[in-house]
Amino acid sequence: MAANNNTVAPQVELSPDDFRTVGINEREAETIQRESLSAWQDAWYRLRTNKMAMAALIVMVIIIIMAIVAPHLVPYTYDSNDLMNTNKPPSSEHFFGTDDFGRDVFVRTWMGARISLIVGLAAACIDLIIGVVYGGIMGFFGGRIDTVMNKFSEILYSIPYLLVVIMLLVVFEPSLWTIILALTITGWINMSWIVRGEIMQLKSREFILASRSMGADWKRLLFKHLLPNSMGPIIVTVTLSVPSAIFSEAFLSFLGLGVQAPVASLGSMINDSLTGWMYYPWRMIFPALVISLTMLSFNIFGDGLRDALDPKLKK
Amino acid sequence: MVRYILNRFVHMIVSLFVLISATFFLMKAIPGDPFTSEKKIPEQILQRLYAQYNLDKPVFEQYVLYLKNIVKGDLGISMKMLNQEVTDIISQTFSSSLKLGVVAIIVAIIIGIVLGMLAALYHRRLIDNVAMVLAVLGIAVPSFVVASLLQYLLAYHWKIFPVMGFKGPMNYFLPVMALTASPIAVIARLTRSSMLEVLHADYIKTAKAKGLGWFSILSRHVLRNGVMPVITYVGPMTANIITGSVVIEQIFGIGGIGKQFVQAINTRDYPIIMGITIFYGVILMVARFLTDVAYVAVDPRIKLAGRKEG
Amino acid sequence: MKKSKSLLLMIALVLVIGTVLAGCGGNNNNANSGNNASPTNAAATDNAGNTNTGNATGEEKLAADQTLKINLSSEPPTFDPQQAQDSTSNAILKLMYEGLTRQNAETGQAEPGMAESWDVSADGLVYTFHLRDAKWSNGDAVTANDFAFAWQRVLDPNAEQAAPYAYQLYYLKNAEAYNTGEVTDFSQVGVKVIDDKTLEVTLTNPTPYFLGLLSFYTYYPVHSSVKDNAKWATSVDSQIVNGPFTLTEWTTGQSLSVTKNPGYYAADEIKAQTINFSIVNSGATELLSYKNGELDRAGGPIGEIPTEQLPIVEKEFPNEFTRKGIASVYYYQFNVTEKPFTNAKIRKALAMAIERQPIIDNITLGGQLPAFGFVPPGIQSNGDEFRNQVADSQYFGEDIEGAKALLAEGLKEEGLDKLSFTLSYNTSEGHQKIAVAVADMWKKNLGVEVKLENKEWGVFLEDKTNLNYQVARAGWSADYNDPMTYLDMWVTGGGNNDTGYSNPEYDQLIKDAKSSADNAVRQEKFTAAEKILMDDMVIMPIYYYTNNSLTKEYLKGVTLDFSGAIDLSRAYLLEH
Repeated sequence: MAANNNTVAPQVELSPDDFRTVGINEREAETIQRESLSAWQDAWYRLRTNKMAMAALIVMVIIIIMAIVAPHLVPYTYDSNDLMNTNKPPSSEHFFGTDDFGRDVFVRTWMGARISLIVGLAAACIDLIIGVVYGGIMGFFGGRIDTVMNKFSEILYSIPYLLVVIMLLVVFEPSLWTIILALTITGWINMSWIVRGEIMQLKSREFILASRSMGADWKRLLFKHLLPNSMGPIIVTVTLSVPSAIFSEAFLSFLGLGVQAPVASLGSMINDSLTGWMYYPWRMIFPALVISLTMLSFNIFGDGLRDALDPKLKK
Repeated sequence: MVRYILNRFVHMIVSLFVLISATFFLMKAIPGDPFTSEKKIPEQILQRLYAQYNLDKPVFEQYVLYLKNIVKGDLGISMKMLNQEVTDIISQTFSSSLKLGVVAIIVAIIIGIVLGMLAALYHRRLIDNVAMVLAVLGIAVPSFVVASLLQYLLAYHWKIFPVMGFKGPMNYFLPVMALTASPIAVIARLTRSSMLEVLHADYIKTAKAKGLGWFSILSRHVLRNGVMPVITYVGPMTANIITGSVVIEQIFGIGGIGKQFVQAINTRDYPIIMGITIFYGVILMVARFLTDVAYVAVDPRIKLAGRKEG
Repeated sequence: MKKSKSLLLMIALVLVIGTVLAGCGGNNNNANSGNNASPTNAAATDNAGNTNTGNATGEEKLAADQTLKINLSSEPPTFDPQQAQDSTSNAILKLMYEGLTRQNAETGQAEPGMAESWDVSADGLVYTFHLRDAKWSNGDAVTANDFAFAWQRVLDPNAEQAAPYAYQLYYLKNAEAYNTGEVTDFSQVGVKVIDDKTLEVTLTNPTPYFLGLLSFYTYYPVHSSVKDNAKWATSVDSQIVNGPFTLTEWTTGQSLSVTKNPGYYAADEIKAQTINFSIVNSGATELLSYKNGELDRAGGPIGEIPTEQLPIVEKEFPNEFTRKGIASVYYYQFNVTEKPFTNAKIRKALAMAIERQPIIDNITLGGQLPAFGFVPPGIQSNGDEFRNQVADSQYFGEDIEGAKALLAEGLKEEGLDKLSFTLSYNTSEGHQKIAVAVADMWKKNLGVEVKLENKEWGVFLEDKTNLNYQVARAGWSADYNDPMTYLDMWVTGGGNNDTGYSNPEYDQLIKDAKSSADNAVRQEKFTAAEKILMDDMVIMPIYYYTNNSLTKEYLKGVTLDFSGAIDLSRAYLLEH
């Protein structure tokens, strides 16, 4: 085998002596040689050709970069007050103007974007972890375990989620982490069902049967076959749950149950600006623009991912 | 089928119980009580107020009392709106919310389906693009921004509709617009994609080949099958419109249950917060239950066991 | 699908930019109108208190339709005078009921209401009221029994519904004892019905402001029919009233209306036919509706104008904007039981080192008055406003250099070289802004490190009561028109004294004032007491409140009293 790899100069003559029989390796004959990644490459190709999704990806990346970098570009912090310079319109000093505390709206918008993204991403991640573990167990073991766990999640799920979140935040002081926790308290269920459904479906597929009959143990089955193959729907769900968490936080901000001042999220900035936005439009426009772009880009990119990962839906 | 419905029903009851219990104990965990105020109420008066609302009893006893009363349809008495039954407050304010909600749901379904259909029929043409722009905007802009913009532009700037209140038909326009922006978007997208699928299905080609007129193709085949996914969305949409109405009622000054809810949260009026939570919970769970049942009834393909919703 | 999405992004942008432009347009308009109007502006606000209190003159032409439209930013929690405890209920109850006395809108003095006249005993303890021939809205005569009945409702220790403001009646002899159950016989309480038209009231202490108290809602009479109906105040039909208006419509959370009561004894003074109240708790919405002509009045105390917009509407509507001082004070208080705030010099240094006017101009925005004392303007004592007789500027002034020196001295006494502490406030944007500004000033002017801490309302109050704080925000509004409502707070162990302050000299002054019926003596004691309070700087005053509102030029006769309570009963509309 190694000989085949020799880089041979074209002028060299080959003779039969250069070849030898390697025989049949019984053990390796059935090993799957083709990289299983190719499906991902295929998906990546499909995604790349989807211009809208790529534009959304670029916008997403720009927003994320700005959320990380922008607050360091100006000599203000999100909570530095300048009470003698309140509600000033955008200028070269304050790109997005100032708010009612004289704070720089540019910094706050991007800090707000950072907070909103943290809420969205953290909620999505927690959903992902709990959902995959819970759904994986349900789907893989099936039977009674599945029945009991599924009942439990169904009951939890049928409790209206925003009501629970509001309750929790009325009781526990709203902070970044309590909000994330509140948002995830029922958020993971959807994910667990998707994982469960995928795994149940895959379990009855031929390649699992094949792998199983060849003696693969449950670890290999779960981590090599079942989870990688349900990756598509999982990723799509994660992508789409980010914007919905961001929106839920904005809704909570409206009720005064979002992140507490001086920390701002995009939602709380918009809410604070509602009383006087016709006089200080910059206080509403910039955060609203960023939240809308975030929502759009995550949604469009999520749709694009779905199209790319699920060729069945390809039109 | 009967077993399935029964099963869902039992679920609903258990969920409701969990919701009520969770609400009750969460409320008890709040520091302070509705009688805390800057001007202190003398201790003996405070004790009597506590006794009156059973706040002096052990928590578990209060819980049992509360459960008993709920079974009797009694949600207690408001602590801020003196002597008013929570059920009375809910039933009085619910009528506004119900009117608004029903109009919003009908408008959302009709406009959503029409938009989605137009977008599918004129696939990749101007109308498709415009419909989808509106649809995505509905998803991307928070409802309180939409509501404030509408209020400022259409009511204050152009003076077409009243700014606030809920007296006549003109009062419906703005709140309904703000409330339906997002559901219309979702319904239009759902309708559009399922219609596209249906339009390319073989049986439509057959129908065309048979020489059926476009109207009967549309009404008999395309619409019926294309609208199927919309049914699944009725449950979530009800939730959407209810939570949305909390925001919308507040901004447009509509004396509905959502406004009452925000006010109760602000004044920490436990019985009302709990009562409205439970009331909302019942509506949402019933809506979901009915959706499930309707879906099973309409679409025989659906597997009864292990059904999941998005 | 793909093409459509790039297009939609475009449209999204266009829409957003459109909004920006619309917003800017609005802004320009305001600036213009503000400039045009500026000469008249100052005048309008200066005599604002008087602009809309004037009575109808011959030139005024009344509008044919006397239907007023006013917004309430919260629903009145109750229509039961004995249960009320908030300004919205106060505004509505004032329309529906009348006590033994009425407050004169201009002088603030008590004038005859249900009582036509009264006699006071020489020691100031016994009042005999002679009732006029007034009727309840169902035609029954208003009798002395109705008052005794109402007051017993307030004080009854076994009442199904405890009255939270029962202590407002503790001036009556044995009222407190009866309310706490020490005395079980109501006839021991200082209320005696001589006959249908005569009521005799006996007090514990001479109380010069007692006649004023009688116009307060806890003292209103109620019709005896409420006895057997626990829910009488929750339905429109069962409310029998003796005031200028009757409640005619009430949709929970939406609206309520009152209509002129033709049986009111002074019905000819009442020009408004109907007052329609909407119930909307969004200041932005209220202001927009006012501008759109859907409301005749906007702003405090029963409505709301968003704080940020106050300076704008003040310029935009100079003839409609009204600002009036109300008897409430905003202050920070020190926990004087714990170091370093056991030291008065440190407390005083902090009070001297903040600049109040910039806080008002940039943050509170409502034209509040910088405060250097505890009793706000508007509070009467011995025939004039207390504040006119005792200038608060004599106590201390803003003086950063002096503050630095005083702080250094104080720190030295305490053996400290640096001051750092926590400032607590209850969660609210308004309080937060002030706290931020004050902390900034302390830091800049004194080099003091201040940590800000916001607490939920319940926790905040509990911590204050338990002296679990260092410096905390507070506010106090008057219960009645007398310096006592402010100064008796700080006596040792007082129910609302949550600073731990205790000064026997101060306690004695308040005690003397309480037992004296001589206004000159009381005035002297109050002056001395406030001086001690400010010398000790237990509390650090920041500003005296104002009430800001917009009133259409055709709406007349709306008055605010010293405490900012609104009286709409004499309001009417001009032709417009």
